Parts: sequence; C-alpha cells; structure tokens
Amino acid sequence: MAAAAAGPGPGSGPGDSLERPEAEAPERRRKAHGMLKLYYGLSEGEAAGRPVGPDPLDPTDLNGAHFDPEVYLDKLRRECPLAQLMDSETDMVRQIRALDSDMQTLVYENYNKFISATDTIRKMKNDFRKMEDEMDRLATNMAVITEFSARISATLQDRHERITKLAGVHALLRKLQFLFELPSRLTKCVELGAYGQAVRYQGRARAVLQQYQHLPSFRAIQDDCQVITARLAQQLRQRFREGGSGAPEQAECVELLLALGEPAEELCEEFLAHARGRLEEELRSLEAELGPSPPAPDVLEFTDHGLTDVRQALAAPRMAGKEGPGLARLLANVASSILSHIKASLASVHLFTAKEVSFSNKPYFRGEFCSQGVREGLIVGFIRSMCQTAQSFCDSPGEKGGATPPALLLLLSRLCLDYETATISYILTLTDEQFLVQDQSPVTPVSTLCAEARETARRLLTHYVKVQGLVISQMLRKSVETRDWLSTLEPRNVRAVMKRVVEDTTAIDVQVGLLYEEGVRKAQSSDSSKRTFSVYSSSRQQGRYAPSYTPSAPMDTNLLSNIQKLFSERIDVFSPVEFNKVSVLTGIIKISLKTLLECVRLRTFGRFGLQQVQVDCHFLQLYLWRFVADEELVHLLLDEVVASAALRCPDPVPMEPSVVEVICERG
Amino acid sequence: MPAELEPGGHESPEDAASPAHALELLCHLDHAARGSTACVVWEPAGAGGRVISLADNHVLLWDLQESGSRAALASSASLEGKGQLKFTTGRWSPHHNCTQVATANDTAVRGWDTRTMSQIYCIENAHGQLVRDLDFNPNKQYYLASCGDDCRVKFWDTRNVSEPVKMLEEHSHWVWSVRYNHSHDQLVLTGSSDSRVVLSNMVSISSEPFGQLADDDDLSDQEERRPEEKSQEPPQDSVITTYEEHEDSVYAVDWSSADPWLFASLSYDGRLVINRVPRALKYHILL
Repeated sequence: MAAAAAGPGPGSGPGDSLERPEAEAPERRRKAHGMLKLYYGLSEGEAAGRPVGPDPLDPTDLNGAHFDPEVYLDKLRRECPLAQLMDSETDMVRQIRALDSDMQTLVYENYNKFISATDTIRKMKNDFRKMEDEMDRLATNMAVITEFSARISATLQDRHERITKLAGVHALLRKLQFLFELPSRLTKCVELGAYGQAVRYQGRARAVLQQYQHLPSFRAIQDDCQVITARLAQQLRQRFREGGSGAPEQAECVELLLALGEPAEELCEEFLAHARGRLEEELRSLEAELGPSPPAPDVLEFTDHGLTDVRQALAAPRMAGKEGPGLARLLANVASSILSHIKASLASVHLFTAKEVSFSNKPYFRGEFCSQGVREGLIVGFIRSMCQTAQSFCDSPGEKGGATPPALLLLLSRLCLDYETATISYILTLTDEQFLVQDQSPVTPVSTLCAEARETARRLLTHYVKVQGLVISQMLRKSVETRDWLSTLEPRNVRAVMKRVVEDTTAIDVQVGLLYEEGVRKAQSSDSSKRTFSVYSSSRQQGRYAPSYTPSAPMDTNLLSNIQKLFSERIDVFSPVEFNKVSVLTGIIKISLKTLLECVRLRTFGRFGLQQVQVDCHFLQLYLWRFVADEELVHLLLDEVVASAALRCPDPVPMEPSVVEVICERG
Repeated sequence: MPAELEPGGHESPEDAASPAHALELLCHLDHAARGSTACVVWEPAGAGGRVISLADNHVLLWDLQESGSRAALASSASLEGKGQLKFTTGRWSPHHNCTQVATANDTAVRGWDTRTMSQIYCIENAHGQLVRDLDFNPNKQYYLASCGDDCRVKFWDTRNVSEPVKMLEEHSHWVWSVRYNHSHDQLVLTGSSDSRVVLSNMVSISSEPFGQLADDDDLSDQEERRPEEKSQEPPQDSVITTYEEHEDSVYAVDWSSADPWLFASLSYDGRLVINRVPRALKYHILL
C-alpha cells in the first residue's frame, strides 16, 4: 500500500495534485490487485464482477505504470460532465486524506514499536549485570568447597588404604578356607547325595587349583579333590547306568557329568542308548498289557474292548428282561466313549507337535506327520477299521446267528449312520484344526469316509433284518412242517405260534423304535383295521371258494389271480432297507410271510387244516398291518397264503367270515 | 424221459387226452417201512438199471431186473444223528463210473460212494438254512453246484470242501433249482421263488475257460497272435440274462436234452416258459 502510494508519485507533475491523488487511490488499489493477479496467474476475466480490468498500459489508469496526468486530465475534461468532475474531485480529496491518515498511523505505530524495543533492551542489560555478580560469587564458593574436600580426602587417605588392604586379605582368606574345606565338603555332599552342589563347588575351585598347582598345600588339596571327584563321577555314572530313575534325573546326571569334564561323546552315546532301551521297555510293557493281539494303535484296542463290553452289556440285560431303555443309552455311551478315546489320542499325539519339541518345527516332518501320520494313519485308519469291524459282524459265516445279538447289529448300524451324518466330519475338522493339515499329499475326503460309513450302516441293518426275519421264519416253518394238516380238528382258536409271532414282531418294533425314527407309512383309509373279510374274500378270490367248485373253475380263479398279480407290484422280499423303523419292520414281515407261503405250498391240507390257516392268516392280518409301510403288502401276502393252501386242499370249504372274526377276537 | 416209478401207493395218472404215449406202471419200489420218499434218481450212464431213492434218512440203491419189472434193493445207507434227519434231494454224479451220489439234508451236502454206501465228503453248512438243489458239472469231475435258502448258488470242488470255489448272489429269495447245461458247462441256470430265472456264464470255473482252443494246423503267426488276444480278456463270470416272465415263484428249471440251447422253467401258477440262449453268446461259445 505504501509502495503503491509512492508509485505514481515521481511520474506526476506539480499541477493538479489535488485531483490526481483522489483519482489515483482506487485506481492504485485496482492496479495492485491486478498485478497480484497477474503474478499468481489468474486471468483478468476471473475477477468477480469486474467487467473490464484496467489495462496496465493505459495512460489514463491511475494505478498503471504509464500514468500520464495530462492524458488523464484531457480525458476527464473531454468525457465527463461537470457533475462527474466535481464528484471525482471530492472523491480524490477524500482518498488523499485517507491515505494521509493511514501513513500517519503507520509511522506512529512504527515509532512506538521502536521505543518499546529500546526499553526492553535496557531492562535486559540491567538483568544481565545482576546475574554476572551472582556468578562471581558462585565461583568463589565452589573454590572454597573444592579446597575443603581435598583436605578431607588427604586426611582420610591412609586409613582408606588400610581398609582396602584388609578387605582384600579377608576375601583371600575366605577363598583359602573354602579350598581347604573343599575335600571334606565334597565328601559330605557325595554322602548326602547332593551331587549338583558338589559339582558346582568343584567347578569353582578347579581353575584356581590348576593355577597354583606348584604350591604343595594346594597340590594336596587338588589331589584330594580329584579323588573325590572321580568317586562322584563314578557314582553318577552308576546312577545313570542303572536307569531306574526317570528321565529328568538322568538328564541331570548327564549334565553334571558334562560339567565335571567327562568326555561328551561318550556320554551322549550312553545316554541315547539308555533312552532307547527305556523306550523299548515301555513299548514292550504296553504291548504286553494289550495282550497277545498283534500290535495295533491303542484306540482300536480300546474300541474292541469297548465293543466287547457293549456286547456283554447287551447280552446281560437281555437275561434280566429290561432291554428297553438300555439301548438308546448304550448307543450314547458307546458313541461318547469312542469320541472321547479319539480326542484323548489326538491330544496325546498333539504333544508331538508342541513348540518345545525341536523336530516339530521342521516343515518336512510336520507336513507329513500331520497329514499322513495323524490324519490318514490314525484317524482315517481308525474309522475304516471301525467300519470293517462292524461289517465283520454281518459276515459271520456258518454260525447259526447265535453269536451276534441282533440288538448289537442294530446299535452298530445306528452308530455308523450317526457317524456318517455328523461325527466323521466333526472328527476330521477337529483333526484338521488341531494339526493344520496342508493339502499337499492326497488325503481321503470326508465324503469317501461318509459313504463307507453309510454302506456299513446299510449292510448292518440289512443283516439285522435278515437275522430277525430268519428267527420268525423258523418259527413259522416249524409250525407248518410239523403239524399234521390232513387230520386236524375244526379250529377253535388261533394257534399259539401266531400269537408268538405277533408278540415277537411287536418286541422288534419296540427295539428298533428306540434307535430309529418312525418312517413314512402309506396313507390308508382310517378303517383299515376293519377291512377284514369283506374285501379279503369278495373281490379277489370269491370265485375260488364258491361251493360249486368244479375242475373247470380253477381256470377262472387262476385267471383272476393272475390278472390280479399283473396289476399288483411284484414284491421284492430282500429289497434294500431304508434307515427307518417302518422299513425295517416291513422287511422282516415280508421275509416271514414269504416263508410261510412257501412252506404252505409244500403241504397238503384237509378241510379243517385250510380253515385253521384261514383263521391264522386273519389273525396275522389284524395285527401286522400297523407295522408295515404299505398294508396292501400284508393283505397280498396273506391272501396268497390262503389261496395256496386252498389249492393244496382236496376239499376246500372255507369258514364263514363271521366265525373267523369271532375266533380271532377271542384269541 | 424214463418212465416214472412211483414209490409207495399211488398209481401213475393216465392222461388220455394227449397224443403222447400212455404211462405204464412197471414196478414198485417197496419201502413203505422207511417213510416218505423225497427223491428218485436214475443212473446217468451205463445200462440204466440202477436207481437211487432217498427216503427220510436212508439212501437206497435199487437194481432193476428183467427190463424193469422187478426192483431189488441192492444196498442202503442211513444217516445217523440227533433229531429227525431227512434227505431233501439227491443227484447222481456222471463221473467216476457213476459211483458217486450227492445228497442234501438240511444244510449239509454229503457225497456217497455207491459201491460201499459210505460217505465220501460232507459239506457242512453249505447254505444258511436249507439246501434246495444240487447239480454236478457234466464236464469237470469234481465240481458240484448247490443252491439254497440263503438266496445263493455255491460252486464246490469236492476235493476241498471247506470253501466254495464261487458264489452267486443274483436272487433275492430262495433258489429252488440249479442246472448246468449238458454240453457247455459255463452256462448255469437258476430258478428262484423271487419269480426270476437267471442264466449265468460261469466261465472261470468251466472246463473251457478260454473258449475252444484252435487246432494245431493253424498258421504259426496266427498262434503267436492268439495268446495276446486271449490274455487281453481274462474270463469274466457274468449274468447273461434274467428272465422275468413268471409272476410267481419258479420251482424248477431244466435244459433240453435235444437242443443244448433250449431251456424251460416252471412256476407255481402253472406257467411253463421255454427260452433260448441269446444268439450272440451261442456263437461266441461255438466259435
């Protein structure tokens, strides 16, 4: 501002000095603004609200460098009217006055600042003078003190020396005393068994003794010490060789022996040999514990024991008659015990990968150990062998089914199914988490194992169905084969064997219901239990039982039955079994009824024999329909039984339906 | 087919309506004292004058004299043991000069020597429950097939009866009969009460596991090539076809004596189905 004010000063003449500064002021400001703008690279057009910037070369520009007052005044005179001239004049005057006052203010301020600065400096000078005085005084005091201190230390000097000497002598005497007492102390230590301490003493003394060997007294001490040390070493070695002590003690012995200066390699070899011997011993004792079976991982042995326990547990309650609630609990027990065994073994194997063990950090060992050793060998191998053990229960050839209790088969199949659905993936994820298995070497995927487990479960369940079906079939077969059907009396009640069959089927139903869920049954009309004789004899085989049984009638009835069979589904007796109760029961009932059918076809029946078969089949139908998935099945098979019996009868006269119902209800 | 010799009481039925020859009763095999007869088998070769019948737990050998009008009991053997033992079926082995007979009772298969009527071998627990049928391999001396209620067909070597040589599990219910083809013993027919008839190709235990061998007159380079071809295809046992035309249990199957490629099966509902071996297999076996 001050520079701008001084700008057009030299270029202006004496005339029109009043007008010029007035007009100069705003122009000057604008000029300064414009120059700043130019400097900072802003274009003239960006100025807000300034349509036309002042041209720096414009001679009429008050703020410009080429201001020419003559030109400016000429322009004013020519262009502006009188009023404007007056205005511009007053304007200029005002501006000049403002500028003057500004300048005065500035000068005044500057002057004030100078004065205050001077005052401050004067004050500082005073302060410094005072400080100098104090500094001098400090210096003299320090000199005095130094002098005093020197005098004191001079007086105390020789006592200081004496004391130091005495202290040195004292320490030396202490050491000598230690050395003289060393043999006795070593002996005492050896007797007490504090080998560590003895070795420490010996270590401390050795260097000194070595140095002063030439002095006879020291020599003697050294010899004594050596003797005792040798004895100590021998004892340590003996302790070490005995090997009865645990590992840390042995390690301690070895450390001490090393500290005593025994040769290291020898010690190493002996130690390793010992360790190996101990390990082998322990392994042997473990194997002996397990019995004469071939060496197998511990978990398998435990599960085998567990399985035998389960077997015994299953056999025993059977005698006592309280099988029921035990089965589900047994399953839970077996599953949880196996899982806990696996976890325990995993935890113990995990120690191998602990950080402290030096070889665990080598990537080669770790990778292979984790994936091959632990995951494949231990876990996968265990699961596979469990599946195989379970399957071996189904493959028992030639035994009459007495070896494996069916409940065990059921239990194992449920266990394998549970494994397939949940447990295998759980175990494998657990293993993977704990051991951080990398996917380099091929590992068995979870799906393979699950498929194997499911296959095992299916085989076990199928075998269970066969075994139970066999039991009931044998009963029915014996009942048909041993009875004299030709000369039997008129049936008064249902045969006991049929009631037994129904009871057994109910018992099996309960047993399976403990472990498996219900399953889907084909929906039938609600009055299915009342579908007794009316349908049974009316639509299908009515023709057969017509009193006009002539040799030509067999054609019609056979045709009827064949057509019937064409439209009904063929029954597959040993079809694969689903994992639910209804399917299992259906399989068992199919097997039993088919056996009955085949056995009936091999005998010849008298009239009352046929009626007895009729009554028995009706009884079975009343009770067996509720166990199967599709009760049409039971109807079909039982109809076939009666029809076959009728064909094998020379005098087929069926009983009245009402009488049959009465007999069955009575029984 | 030989005339039927009815045991015990019944007369043979006469079928007047059919154009075939009427059956004529020749003689009785009198053994009423010994219980009911399960099976009667003729001697497969020789003069045809000997018959074996199985009644309860006795094996009876009959000699038919004077062209069959009289039957004299030549020798007999009994099965001793606890319980009521009953023979269910028997078969005469066509080998060893027709001196061996196999019988089945419950789950055991026993072999007998007819000259001494003593037991030669015994296959215990051949099938889980009951043995239904037996058949001897017509071309291989020691081979026997048995089928039973455990839905399996087992092939045995009678020199080593501890384990079956082969086992088939094609059926889903009791197998009621098993038959070897008379000339080509790799074709085995089985019928079961699951209403199916299964024709199997048991190449690996047949007498010609590698097919018919070429004659020595062939060119030498052909012979060099043949071992390579044969070694590329090891004999594979397989099921040729499953016939499901029956609606009820199939109780008997048999091969025709006239045409080795025809066979028949009989089911409970009286249906007799006659079938042929598939042509492709027939030419494969012949050529």
